[in-house]
Amino acid sequence: MIKAGTVAWFAQHETRLAWRDWAWLLSGGRRRRGYAVMLGLFAFVVFMHGFAYLTLAHATDFAAPPDKRLLVTIGGTLLLYWSLMLSQAMEAVTRAFYARGDLDLILSSSASAGRLFAVRIATMALGIAAMSLALAAPAINVLAWLGGAHWLAAYGVVMAMAMVAVAISVMLTVALFRAIGPKRTRLVAQIVAAVIGASFVIGVQLVAILSVGTLSRVALFQSEVIIDHAPDRDSLWWLPADAAMGNGLALIAVLALGAIVLAGAIRFCAPRFGELALAAGGVSHGTARPSRRTANFRPKSPGQALRRKEWLLLWRDPWLMSQSLMQLLYLLPPFFLLSRMFYGEGNSAALLVPVLIMAAGQLAGGLAWLAISGEDAPDLIATAPVTAARVWRAKAEAVAGGVGIVFGPIVVGLAILDPMLGVITVCGIVVAGAAATLIQFWFRAQVKRSLFRRRHVSSRIATFAEALSSIIWAGAGAVAVVSLWFAIFPGVVALAVLPVAWLLSPKRP
Amino acid sequence: MTEGSLHSALDIRDLAKRFDRPAVDGLDLRVRAGEFYTLLGPNGAGKTTTLRMATGLLKPDRGAIAVFGIDVLAEPVAAKQIMAWLSDEPMIYDRLTPLEYLYFVAGLWGVDSDTAETRARDLIGWLGLAQYAQERCEGLSKGTRQKVALAGALVHEPRLIILDEPFTGLDAASARLVKNVLRERVAQGCSVIMTTHILEVAERMADRIGVMCGGRLVAEGTLEDLRRQAGAGHATLEDTFLALTDTGSGQTHSGRGPIAA
Repeated sequence: MIKAGTVAWFAQHETRLAWRDWAWLLSGGRRRRGYAVMLGLFAFVVFMHGFAYLTLAHATDFAAPPDKRLLVTIGGTLLLYWSLMLSQAMEAVTRAFYARGDLDLILSSSASAGRLFAVRIATMALGIAAMSLALAAPAINVLAWLGGAHWLAAYGVVMAMAMVAVAISVMLTVALFRAIGPKRTRLVAQIVAAVIGASFVIGVQLVAILSVGTLSRVALFQSEVIIDHAPDRDSLWWLPADAAMGNGLALIAVLALGAIVLAGAIRFCAPRFGELALAAGGVSHGTARPSRRTANFRPKSPGQALRRKEWLLLWRDPWLMSQSLMQLLYLLPPFFLLSRMFYGEGNSAALLVPVLIMAAGQLAGGLAWLAISGEDAPDLIATAPVTAARVWRAKAEAVAGGVGIVFGPIVVGLAILDPMLGVITVCGIVVAGAAATLIQFWFRAQVKRSLFRRRHVSSRIATFAEALSSIIWAGAGAVAVVSLWFAIFPGVVALAVLPVAWLLSPKRP
Repeated sequence: MTEGSLHSALDIRDLAKRFDRPAVDGLDLRVRAGEFYTLLGPNGAGKTTTLRMATGLLKPDRGAIAVFGIDVLAEPVAAKQIMAWLSDEPMIYDRLTPLEYLYFVAGLWGVDSDTAETRARDLIGWLGLAQYAQERCEGLSKGTRQKVALAGALVHEPRLIILDEPFTGLDAASARLVKNVLRERVAQGCSVIMTTHILEVAERMADRIGVMCGGRLVAEGTLEDLRRQAGAGHATLEDTFLALTDTGSGQTHSGRGPIAA
């Protein structure tokens, strides 16, 4: 029997919670889904290995001794992957501070909060490592098959990267708490997390666009300019890449560095987590904030009241706003491309069409979820003398308004450049947005708006259908640029997603 | 609907709703116009389910509901126009101010903006919310949020107010204020039906009390009526309530209706 209140006891508690959370995430709380989940996982693993093989098989000779070009590619890929891990770690650390869960119970007990948070930081590192390893495993396995077993050392590198990512996230969050206080830290940390997650991808795209006028994400790593300016072969910067390629000493060094940095972060930050979590608790309960915009909120009809309410709630929630708009960061590369073309440098405006349609579908899905499933006063709306059809129409109009505000200016710019492209993009945005809204309507479930980040958990079918629909509409848009007739086929396929989603949606009396 | 329902604020006939087990089982209940009616019953008696069906939040399996003669199931929009619903969990938006919330609710009920402003400001003052009028609801206490929700229920001047445990979490001063507001509304001709577990509230405020148990109305009438029905020796409403609900599971009363008041 483990003694209560010790590190081992907390570790057992956290492991049990994490396991059950993970099992629920996969099964949706239904035990009968066990076989289906296992089958789905198996299919996913096979698909990912196939995808990794197709991507890597003809890329280069992975069995050959590593040269600088391979080091740059592996090092760059690891850095890209690490930025995503860092983003995930920032999110996890922020959640540990602000999600109350059992914190009030534990902080009000005589157990050591420092021990709890030491365990929680370690659990975060394990969680991030597990998720990253699961995603990287197909690529590593294929590399080992193509290039030799020494590539399996990359598993160790990913673990070390997870430890460093969590350690830096913990220290950064604690520093933010000290610098700007608990109230702003939540928003800033989540924005930083999202920006880190997106910035490197965007940066690579931007450089690729500015250098060769393509959207290839790996072009940067293969460019002679980068290879020429990269550090020498003996530089310590290549330690992770060397370790990933099977250098035993480098692997030991990388793992040791990760463990030391994580242990240091735990030693330094865990004892402070208790007081910081208490401070964050004050923020969760909310504070009175004066508003100066009351005078402008005078709806003249039920529909107008619903639309304005949706927009005002979104506008006044910086976290939700940032979460909704964060995916639009990916529009920055197309925006740069567009601005370049206005100055006559290139003629690849067609590349913008699918990107805009895809992003509009995703934004519409997010806004629709907030308006439909994230309604904070469902009983109030249901008891109002307004037909359900009028309510849904007003919410759909609110979603359309939000999408219009974001994409309107870009589409106008595109239409000035090429009217036909403008028309195709508008049509694509309308159908992709409408499809995403319909899917969210069919799969609606009453939940708190604050669960926006985890909205995909409530229905993976809805998430998949929404993404699939947006992707196919984006594809249809891309084909329509070449030939409107050829776009009919992907358009029909995209439309077919809707009845299938409707059939799979929960039936209501 | 019967002719009598034209004169009733709420007329419920043979109402039934089943989840895993029957929640409401052939309920007949009538609230007269201008009456303050309190619905009592142990946990799981079917009180909230009944009120949620009356407001159109739940569809009954069987039965009829009319509000001032308007069939709630056939003409839900017309019925909702003259009703208000308030639950124990205030349904308000954290990012709106109380004043904005009232404008929003008024907009939903189609109240014109000038009238909405006048009523909203009156209610804000009446319920002691003036100092919070320009603050977002996220920072307000439970009692203050409940008062904001009550103001929202009153801003369109409903003829029937349906309340589910409105005093949960309210301090003494807030509870008294809410009671006063409800009394004044009833004095002005409004009808109120309310569930509560606070027997003292029912004792002091209700014109008539209905006692539900097992999805049925097992007793109904004034406090004196209920005492009589429960038998001698039950001096307080608590004694009366316990006596009625102990015997009110259908074993003593073979019929579906309540003990005659």
